[in-house]
Amino acid sequence: MPDIVEITNLRKAYSDGFEALKGVSLKIEEGEILALLGPNGAGKTTLISTVCGITMATGGSVKVGGHDTLTDYRAARSMIGLVPQEINLEPFEKVMSTVRFSRGLFGKPKDDAALEKILRQLSLWDKKDSQIRALSGGMKRRVLIAKALAHEPRVLFLDEPTAGVDVELRRDMWNIVADLKADGVTIILTTHYIEEAEAIADRIGVIAHGELLLVEEKSTLMARMGKKQLEVQLTKPIDALPESLRSDALVLSADGCKLIYTYDTHAERTGITKLLSDVSAAGLVLADLETKQSSLEDIFVDLVKEDAA
Amino acid sequence: MNWIAVKSIYMFEMARFFRTITQSLISPVLSTSLYFVVFGAAIGSRIEQVEGVSYGSFIVPGLIMLSVITQSISNASFGIYFPKFIGTVFELLSAPINFIEIVMGYVGAAATKALFIGVIILITAFFFVDITIAHPIWMVAFLVLTCISFALFGFIIGIWAGNFEQLQLVPLLIVTPLVFLGGSFYSITMLPPVWQIISHFNPVVYLISGFRWSFFGSADVPIVTSLFAIAGFTALCLGVIWWIFRSGWRIRQ
Repeated sequence: MPDIVEITNLRKAYSDGFEALKGVSLKIEEGEILALLGPNGAGKTTLISTVCGITMATGGSVKVGGHDTLTDYRAARSMIGLVPQEINLEPFEKVMSTVRFSRGLFGKPKDDAALEKILRQLSLWDKKDSQIRALSGGMKRRVLIAKALAHEPRVLFLDEPTAGVDVELRRDMWNIVADLKADGVTIILTTHYIEEAEAIADRIGVIAHGELLLVEEKSTLMARMGKKQLEVQLTKPIDALPESLRSDALVLSADGCKLIYTYDTHAERTGITKLLSDVSAAGLVLADLETKQSSLEDIFVDLVKEDAA
Repeated sequence: MNWIAVKSIYMFEMARFFRTITQSLISPVLSTSLYFVVFGAAIGSRIEQVEGVSYGSFIVPGLIMLSVITQSISNASFGIYFPKFIGTVFELLSAPINFIEIVMGYVGAAATKALFIGVIILITAFFFVDITIAHPIWMVAFLVLTCISFALFGFIIGIWAGNFEQLQLVPLLIVTPLVFLGGSFYSITMLPPVWQIISHFNPVVYLISGFRWSFFGSADVPIVTSLFAIAGFTALCLGVIWWIFRSGWRIRQ
């Protein structure tokens, strides 16, 4: 797939000298879901705001669909939809009129049939004549998405779409994102919920302190960085590890019933065969075996820690 | 030019006006009627004619200007301040529109509302006093130009304002005194000589004088000077707005 967004060495320093982006370069493929993962204050929102034209970059460039966001901003911005983190809506407006306004703002002629499709997709159609202040928080978020989609953008930025929403609504939001991807919309979302990135993203970028630490396919990232643990359940608890089994990779659980062995799936030798033969040589009897894959969360925490160190 | 965007902003703002049409119209009609009763009938009957016009009629152009100027400023400043306040301004900044289109939408709507109110006051005036309009085309031209230039000024205030107090500050502390001292209720020739000179530094004097000329054919300052003054003020406001959008001052970080 060709790149639809091309961010090159993007920098942003605020007037107080704080550097929110320190030369971020990123290419986003058409049709993918990219999750930008990072702790609060990492620069996620600044990155999105700068691409969308809300914040002015102090260096670097952004191209959307081949159009520079500064010199050819009309063409570039026409392709972008933005769902902000905060619920910024006019409380006294009706759903339909505010969505219609958004479409007009992007220069698209009135097309209520297209808007109906969007509102139905977001389960907002029966609320189209409601005032925004009468809607629940979840519905308001949907209105923001509807506004962002009103001009039929090809790239959608979702800034923390599920911050502070309940579990059910979060799943709803994930389904909406999946539907949009099926319609061919490229989606970039920021989140600090790792399970969110894990659940819906194709690729994951990790951002911290204004720098993009890495961008990888979710599966590659997890496989590359992923550590596995083998848990060996013993029939009888032991007090301490036998001398022959002592190594950095192996620990005994607190109750003495389990041996926990950490290994790298991509290493030439995992050491499992040797471990198992050593275990039986030491006279221990196995009751059960279990392996566990480390989650994206562990990977993320490791990365951000490394960066801070 | 993204005309659809201009129209969208304009219609969105006008819809807000029409939602509150009763308040929007009753208040200026009521206050103007009060002015006519107090200044026109009660006090005006004891005042000699001013420049050959009865006092009640004489104050009509000034009254219209008073309302039109305050309405233009408050409509335009609120129009752009409100999206800033509730955060919806992000949409304007991320849309494929330039500052001219944003200004045309907001200022156009604010000026239209003020014009609407100006016309309503003029119609109300016909019920209280005898009015003849000597130069109707010039009258319309002055009215429209005033609406636009002060709506531009209001737009600047709306962008500058960091809170609702500041939004009220400039209209209250600067604009109201300037309009009252600008000859709304008197001819500046009625002032002592020193105050006449000071008045010439008040830009509103030129507007009211020119507008009054379009009604009665007599003016405090030459009509060309009035036109230059209003054109200059408009150009100044446009320049400031151009700079605001170029630098991102108070709207774009």
